Amino acid sequence: MSSVIVRIPTPLRGFAEGQSEIAAEGADVGAVLSAVGAAHPELLARVMKDDGQPREFVNIYLGSDNVRTLDGMDTPVGEGDVLSILPAVAGGAE
Amino acid sequence: MNRISLPAPLREELSTIAVDGYPYETCGVLVGACADDEVRVEKVFQARNLNTERARDRYVLDPDDLMSADLAAREAGLEIVGFWHTHPDHPARPSETDRQAAWDGYSYVILSVSGARVEDLRSWRLNGEGFVEEQVAA
Repeated sequence: MSSVIVRIPTPLRGFAEGQSEIAAEGADVGAVLSAVGAAHPELLARVMKDDGQPREFVNIYLGSDNVRTLDGMDTPVGEGDVLSILPAVAGGAE
Repeated sequence: MNRISLPAPLREELSTIAVDGYPYETCGVLVGACADDEVRVEKVFQARNLNTERARDRYVLDPDDLMSADLAAREAGLEIVGFWHTHPDHPARPSETDRQAAWDGYSYVILSVSGARVEDLRSWRLNGEGFVEEQVAA
């Protein structure tokens, strides 16, 4: 188990008592986010689907790497790592 | 109505990118601060559009560029307050495609660009299922 900092984007801070960062423990990305969700279930519901995968318009970064390019939610984390929750931004004229 | 402050030099920066990128959609990140019902933009970043197949009417903002902008914002004591993109030859109004990906709590600035000039610039904020327009101030 490693202690990890989870960065919360501004629009989701209302579901985390206004916190911009939350410390949580876990062995991999999914476990850390689930630990955050245990205290802040509404936050977790906006980040992860019931199957434990990130929602479509959400990206999770471990340091400067998108976890989708690693082992996804199974990506191992280390002590002091930083996880960032970010929107996946898309759209267009049509 | 929410208000977004977008200083003239930043608006000019966006216009230059929009015109240079025409007829393709360009996109990026707005960095600044929020207070009450006002958003203050202090920096704008351009991001790559990963949708190369429909780059004239769709965009997928490169998440790595967003991550870089987020780091730069935090180092400056600022935060991501929204996003911008262009609608080549289309109005500066959000499409259904825009709505599907939007998050509550961010500003979405859209520039309508036609040929060599920006026709319109408007800002929108998702409110539940639909967008509401924000007042854009200098």
